Amino acid sequence: MKILVGYKRVVDYNVRIQVKPDGTGVVTDGVKLSANPFDDIALEEALRLREKGVAEEVIVVGIGPADLTAHLRNGLAMGANRAIHVQTADAVSPLTAARTFLKLIEKEQPGLVILGKQAIDDDANQTGQMLAALWDRPQATFAGKVEIADGKATVTREVDAGLETIEADLPAVITTDLRLNEPRFIKLPDIMKAKAKPIDVIELGSLGIDAADHIKTTHYAAPAKRSKGVMVKDAAELVAALKQKGLL
Amino acid sequence: MSKILVIAEHLDGKLNGATARAVSAAVAVKPESIDVIVLSDAPDAVAAEAAKIDGVSKVLTVARAENAHAMAAILAPQIAKAAAGYSHVFAPSTTFGKDLAPRVAALLGVSQVSDVMSVEGAHSFRRPIYAGNAIITVEVDTASTVVATIRTASWPAAASNGSAPVEALTVDVALPSHTRFVNLQQGKSDRPDLQGAAKVVSGGRGVGSKENFDIIYKFADKIGAGVGASRAAVDAGYCPNEMQVGQTGKIIAPELYMAIGISGAIQHLTGIKDAGTIVAINKDGEAPIFEIADIGLVGDLFKILPELEAAL
Ligand SMILES: Cc1cc2nc3c(=O)[nH]c(=O)nc-3n(C[C@H](O)[C@H](O)[C@H](O)COP(=O)(O)OP(=O)(O)OC[C@H]3O[C@@H](n4cnc5c(N)ncnc54)[C@H](O)[C@@H]3O)c2cc1C
Ligand SMILES: Cc1cc2nc3c(=O)[nH]c(=O)nc-3n(C[C@H](O)[C@H](O)[C@H](O)COP(=O)(O)OP(=O)(O)OC[C@H]3O[C@@H](n4cnc5c(N)ncnc54)[C@H](O)[C@@H]3O)c2cc1C
Repeated sequence: MKILVGYKRVVDYNVRIQVKPDGTGVVTDGVKLSANPFDDIALEEALRLREKGVAEEVIVVGIGPADLTAHLRNGLAMGANRAIHVQTADAVSPLTAARTFLKLIEKEQPGLVILGKQAIDDDANQTGQMLAALWDRPQATFAGKVEIADGKATVTREVDAGLETIEADLPAVITTDLRLNEPRFIKLPDIMKAKAKPIDVIELGSLGIDAADHIKTTHYAAPAKRSKGVMVKDAAELVAALKQKGLL
Repeated sequence: MSKILVIAEHLDGKLNGATARAVSAAVAVKPESIDVIVLSDAPDAVAAEAAKIDGVSKVLTVARAENAHAMAAILAPQIAKAAAGYSHVFAPSTTFGKDLAPRVAALLGVSQVSDVMSVEGAHSFRRPIYAGNAIITVEVDTASTVVATIRTASWPAAASNGSAPVEALTVDVALPSHTRFVNLQQGKSDRPDLQGAAKVVSGGRGVGSKENFDIIYKFADKIGAGVGASRAAVDAGYCPNEMQVGQTGKIIAPELYMAIGISGAIQHLTGIKDAGTIVAINKDGEAPIFEIADIGLVGDLFKILPELEAAL
């Protein structure tokens, strides 16, 4: 079985993003970029499935500009067998990303596709569900635990009410939650080895997909700030302050 | 004029309060009508609750055995079919809505507007990106159906004084059998629901252990609060996942939020930005949580919580 993994590059989660004063975007020049944390988890899960003998090949997929190569090399260094770089200079909507994955699925015929539940830049939380719909296959979103056996995935999902377990026939789409696993660190020798692994480059324009761009971002703003409050010195003062506000 | 279809969220025969919040957002669009759709094996009780929500024009029920559990792969084709004639489809931005709405959107051939914070016009909305560190305005082209999830913390629940008619709907669509429900382990709790509670007390890594977390529960019970946690506390096994507050947990807007032994990472703060009053108790006076807290108290939580209880 092959596993296709979404491996998106995003602004690192430690960066406190700034909105440009003219409202045309956020400042991304010189900002540290990293793999979407949920995608590192997706890749880790795929690698573990390969190590267990459930899968033979793990392919990382990145959709983005020409300079994505170094990022994809990190995925290869972590252990993916090969990478596919769908190249585009444009911003891609989740629907376009899903349509792109579908094209790759038609070619690669994976038994499993693992994506992050959300990318921490746009926080859209859509791509996996859209892909499953277009592919007409099961989706197991927000996965906290995955078991694969007998052509089925049994997935425990982190939902508002608690933990939901579902069973999905393969092929299927899984999206990862944070507690699914702890991604391994990349070791130096692996970075060397990754240099020999293949990266296929495909132009997004050559896939014949309708770019879904019916949603336009027209303005960026900084969020309303909460102002710094007061400090109290002990429990009694805290109770008094809360009583004064009518909260106790 | 807009016609809006709101997807009802429910569990165990009860309507989830997030539905009335999604209706509030629908009202803000100033549409011609707002219909709520209830998909269930036995929708009547839920439909009766939904019919009371102010602003609802009618409630549509789709009763099918396959709808016994909220499985996106099964519900989405029915909703996509029922959406014909509607300009907007709204769902709450809960794990239910986040799982389901994008699947509906893809079937309708549109992208989704996730986490709507405000309605600027029938096709214009504001939503957060980068864990709430930037707010964008998006415009959906007017020829497309608007599929959106509604950020529940940004919207009050619409009141329940109405009496909309309930109509049964037959949706003729084949449903897949490739995805099956196995079970749901629900955290049992008599405490107020985290997403609807007026007061929430949350514990973080500073609480130190699962046993120690009792001190948080005890204090919360004393003031009638729901209980939440940071990711670090959940990861360490102090409490179950459904208690996580933040970017990847629950986004909440209680009148009072008390962060106890929580440092205040941006991913946590995203979940509480809309709280009325934030109180922080932390032994580190430099902890970032104090930059946004309305009331801060530096000290050891194991000393302060008993004192607070005594002072009440
Ligand atoms: C500053 C900025 C402005 C933008 N403006 C617009 C705009 O105006 N209109 C517009 O349509 N888009 C715009 N985009 C891009 C676009 O919002 C996102 O790339 C797209 O919406 C995907 O959303 P997401 O990654 O949040 O999806 P999610 O659904 O949150 O992603 C879930 C998962 O899908 C997979 N995935 C998604 N995208 C990729 C990818 N590129 N490569 C590999 N895997 C992927 C990953 O596994 C990811 O974890 C903008 C992006 C930025 C940074
Ligand atoms: C992609 C991503 C998503 C994330 N999503 C979330 C999310 O949804 N929610 C979330 O919460 N986090 C999330 N995080 C994690 C977040 O970055 C922080 O790691 C986490 O919030 C830290 O939790 P904490 O404040 O409990 O722990 P710490 O940062 O370790 O803070 C513990 C605090 O307790 C204080 N303390 C210790 N002992 C005592 C005592 N006796 N009395 C008083 N104070 C004491 C310490 O001074 C310290 O400030 C996410 C991270 C990533 C990368």
